[in-house]
Amino acid sequence: MNGTIQAPTLEYAQLAPMLVVFGAAIVGVLVEAFAPRYLRSAIHVPITLLSLAGAFALTIWQVVKGVPTKPAAMGAVAVDGPSLFIWGTILVLAFVSVLLINDEDHFVAAAAAVPGSAEEEQALHEGAGHTEVYPLALFAVGGMLLFPASNDLLVMFVALEVMSLPLYLLCGLARRRRLLSQEAAVKYFLLGAFSSAFFLYGTALLYGYAGSIDLAKISAALGVVGGQETLLYIGVAMLGVGLLFKIGAAPFQAWKPDVYQGAPTPITALMASGTLVAAFGALLRVFWVALGGLDWNWSPVLWAVAILTMVVGAILAITQTDIKRMLAYSSIAHGGFLLVGVVATGAAAGQNSKALSAILFYLVAYGFTTVGAFAVVTMVRDAGGEAWHLSRWAGLGKRSPLLAGIFAFFLLAFAGIPLTSGFFGKYAVFQAAVAGGATPLVIVGVVASAVAAFFYVRVIVLMFFSDPAADGPSVVLPSRGTAAVVGVAVLATVFLGVFPQPVLHLAQNAAQSLFIR
Amino acid sequence: MELYVPILVLAVLAAGFAVFSVGIAPFTGPKRWNRAKLDAYECGIEPTPQPVGGGRFPLKYMITAMLFIVFDIEIIFLYPWAVAFDRLGVFGLVEMVLFIVTVLVAYAYVWRRRGLDWD
Repeated sequence: MNGTIQAPTLEYAQLAPMLVVFGAAIVGVLVEAFAPRYLRSAIHVPITLLSLAGAFALTIWQVVKGVPTKPAAMGAVAVDGPSLFIWGTILVLAFVSVLLINDEDHFVAAAAAVPGSAEEEQALHEGAGHTEVYPLALFAVGGMLLFPASNDLLVMFVALEVMSLPLYLLCGLARRRRLLSQEAAVKYFLLGAFSSAFFLYGTALLYGYAGSIDLAKISAALGVVGGQETLLYIGVAMLGVGLLFKIGAAPFQAWKPDVYQGAPTPITALMASGTLVAAFGALLRVFWVALGGLDWNWSPVLWAVAILTMVVGAILAITQTDIKRMLAYSSIAHGGFLLVGVVATGAAAGQNSKALSAILFYLVAYGFTTVGAFAVVTMVRDAGGEAWHLSRWAGLGKRSPLLAGIFAFFLLAFAGIPLTSGFFGKYAVFQAAVAGGATPLVIVGVVASAVAAFFYVRVIVLMFFSDPAADGPSVVLPSRGTAAVVGVAVLATVFLGVFPQPVLHLAQNAAQSLFIR
Repeated sequence: MELYVPILVLAVLAAGFAVFSVGIAPFTGPKRWNRAKLDAYECGIEPTPQPVGGGRFPLKYMITAMLFIVFDIEIIFLYPWAVAFDRLGVFGLVEMVLFIVTVLVAYAYVWRRRGLDWD
């Protein structure tokens, strides 16, 4: 019982972006505890935005200083090219989403009060609010940063929970249609907990197979450990279920429409952009770093999942009459397109980095457009809150041409029309997939895109070529934050569509080193 | 194998104690029936009727239970650290302080939001 235990070496510089975000979140909790109510949001907003900007600056600083070539924190976290690119993306998207969250009338006054009760009335009257959304969002963003960078399965599980738990709560905080919002939170929580259990069980089985939770060691054990294939295959399948659930890939997509619809729209924007980016980062890391040597086994399954996801997303979106549900199904379809890129991995490192850079670019392009689209949704309102039903959007182009034009532009970007960011994203992913020998998948993808284009264009036709209802929704004058979000999203969508080279180049550089082991 | 004998003995003792306590209680315990005693939960919560349409019901027990879990987990981490305190050195101490500070922040939040008040 003697001798000292070696203290672990921690590369604080590499972990700094996460430390900043988590630190700011803890400070946010203290603000909640000690600042008077009327000051809270005035303190929260600068802290949240500054910490996200600071974390972004630290991420950039690492890129400038030279991308690390070895995992940090005793092999628990890998801050490599793809990680840094994903971090930058998540931080910018989170910054933009926080500007949307800043419109506090999206959030409930007293979450514990029964919807429609006298207590709720009173809380509304007193101007109460849950400024906890800022620290909660920061915790979620911190988890999103750790999730794709975690280099062993347990850290990844912790990151998954840190990312998900605040989101479950945030989903239930919508000010209007509160029952729908609470339903969304409960569904998300129950299904999310279920998928986390799958992830954890898969981790346990893989540990049983490889004797390690370290991704690189699992990779090294492939083909060396004999006679334990059952553990390996079931473990991989369970891990896959956990990860594909977070992406919303079919057949694990059922939560997405309900949650995206019920959650406060700024939170939907954060989930649809940040969580998707983080989850794809984690999926890629697990399947390439740990299970790359097993791609003969998982690749056919991912083929099937990708096809199913694209088809389900595109076809079910046609039947939707609710704008948020339609965007949710569109997000499922885009998850399918991205999975095509995941399948496009090949034996050669060049092919891998090509597919990876395509996915990274697609994530940036899709993230910005989706935040912008949800920002527009927050602005079209009825007496009872946001007007979600598509019939209410009829003739919006005649009432407010600018907003409808911007929304139409986002929809065209989702559809992948040239001169928008969506086009180059899809082009890059499909090109990588063809090079990787997944041509049939690309054909399905193109057909699914065509189907998806139908419902995007249908909304555009509805907005511009039908007569507005007499009692149609009004378009609220956006707050500065919302206007900035829409502006940034439009600029990003145009810029990435017309001059994709800088970001494409950045993604290629990030993907060059691939994921480090 | 001998290493496991104490565990086995403990398990037998524990099971024996449980069976004995539950088995002997009906014969030796006093039987004073009253309304509270006959309720579904003996802890004071009125099971029914709830207010019409849901309404509010007290969550005091839940908050207490949640707080208990937080501090319970804290202690779970404190014990192994305390056992290996000298071997973990300054790094362990700093990590532990950081950990306790984060729990303290949560505690401060609960305290300021009157989570510790009963009424």
